[in-house]
Amino acid sequence: MSGSEIHGAIEAVWRIEAAKVIAGLTRLVRDLDLAEDLAQEALVVALEKWPVQGIPPKPGAWLMTTAKHRAVDHFRKSDLNSRKHEEIARELSELERTPPDMVTPMDAPIGDEVLRLIFISCHPVLSMESRAALTLRVVGGLTTDEIARAFLTPEPTIAQRIVRAKKTLGEKNIPFEVPRGLDLAARLSSVLEVIYLIFNEGYSATAGEELIRSSLCEEALRLGRILAELDPREPEAHGLVALMEIQASRSRARVNTEGEVVLLMEQNRAIWDQLLIRRGLGALERANALSSRRGPYHLQAELAACHARALTSDATDWGRIVALYDELARMSPSPIVELNRAVAVSRHRGPEEALKLLEPLLNDPQMKSYHLLPSVRGDLLAQLGRDAEAAVEFERAAAMTRNERERKFLLERARKSGKRPGH
Amino acid sequence: MFVKTVAESHLENSMKFMVIVKATKESEAGVLPSNELMEAMGKFNEELIKAGVLLAAEGLQASSKGARVKLSGNTRTVVDGPFTETKELVAGFWLWQVSSKEEAIEWVKRCPAPHEGECEIEIRQVFEMEDLSPAMSERVRRKEEALRAQIGQK
Repeated sequence: MSGSEIHGAIEAVWRIEAAKVIAGLTRLVRDLDLAEDLAQEALVVALEKWPVQGIPPKPGAWLMTTAKHRAVDHFRKSDLNSRKHEEIARELSELERTPPDMVTPMDAPIGDEVLRLIFISCHPVLSMESRAALTLRVVGGLTTDEIARAFLTPEPTIAQRIVRAKKTLGEKNIPFEVPRGLDLAARLSSVLEVIYLIFNEGYSATAGEELIRSSLCEEALRLGRILAELDPREPEAHGLVALMEIQASRSRARVNTEGEVVLLMEQNRAIWDQLLIRRGLGALERANALSSRRGPYHLQAELAACHARALTSDATDWGRIVALYDELARMSPSPIVELNRAVAVSRHRGPEEALKLLEPLLNDPQMKSYHLLPSVRGDLLAQLGRDAEAAVEFERAAAMTRNERERKFLLERARKSGKRPGH
Repeated sequence: MFVKTVAESHLENSMKFMVIVKATKESEAGVLPSNELMEAMGKFNEELIKAGVLLAAEGLQASSKGARVKLSGNTRTVVDGPFTETKELVAGFWLWQVSSKEEAIEWVKRCPAPHEGECEIEIRQVFEMEDLSPAMSERVRRKEEALRAQIGQK
């Protein structure tokens, strides 16, 4: 194998094994910072030895053993915790007696440890950006450079972020356990938030204005799937996976050849990825089987599924979408949800009723610079033949948007409405 | 069929691989793998699922149940199986979402032998959107270079 080939192979091994190695070490040394350092030391040894000796048949176990040896050295030197040193030495000799097998399996103890690791790396005491960087590093097995490239952020910034995050976790003495009871809901919500943030960082980057970063979507999908398998009885985990699979299914259709965004209702559904749609609907079924009371990700997944199931935009089940928005509005009311609900209502019951729904939003300070409100309002007015008023709304929307293509589009609509005799 | 890739795959591009299990005399004879083999394969598939990389997995029935259609100009000729070049036939496949060909190879190394005796597994990368549109790839590549130059990355 050439130098770069073996390096690529070692990186691949790291991606596969990192979470398990770091999780196992964290359980052992009770300190994520130390665990990650030990794991990195083992990786350095691998980078020295494997190009010469070849990749061992059980690379995960090799890394774990090497890291544990390092742990023994560390505690011996630090002299503070001889009991710890004995504990680790005992574990090591046990490990050496265990028969090998080809895959370091994600069986119950290791699986649980990785789940605990995810809860720690996504702890709400850390900033969102720190959670994202740390999780991609210790759970995703990405290098600092890969994370920096993915987030279009300088590498030293990411490195610092990760160092500080680990220090903070150490200072706060976060226990290495799966949260329970009341704590669980908040902590789980934090995990889901991080994964979805990573997904959106990649997904909205396909907006044509920025770089396409579908690999971030894939990382988020991978993390989400891992979580759903580690915590299969949690409906929101399956809901999040369903939402991401279905959104990802549309990525090819979201951007046209000019690099501009194509709205959902105008997308070429023939290039929606049916495999991802099927996976998304499957994940949604798992969520539904677990709970009839839907959490926010579960609910958003149901909404995404309505569009995914419609073979053409005309076939969209707007009635169901309205009902789902009603539910979403009750669960997490917001002006944006109200706006989306109004659009769905206009498709299902006509523009008159939808217009009424927009009235409370007109004076909402949160909507002051949100160009989609006058844009939608203009569209509804135009549908009702109230062209003069529609033209005013379109012009207002055009003034509010910073997207050049959109501005031109809205001004064009204003012009068309202005030409027709209005009420 | 498709336009060739202009830009080389970077870390930013998504990657999918089709991993193809080639046939053997046994698989073509319709001989099912032993229980142990099936169990080992089941565990392997489980590991792929738990790692979040498995997108699809299917086994194909022997070529004796299949057919081929040859296209030549406007002519279509149908030929029924079985087909003779056993080692080149597809017996099963996976679709994996991994970050590199090396990662696909690593996973294949961990795969239990799908059949008794010698057999082959082939790894092929799936075309992505960026690969199919060279003009857009070029535009994206230039934009990317500019952005990265700004933050001091290469």
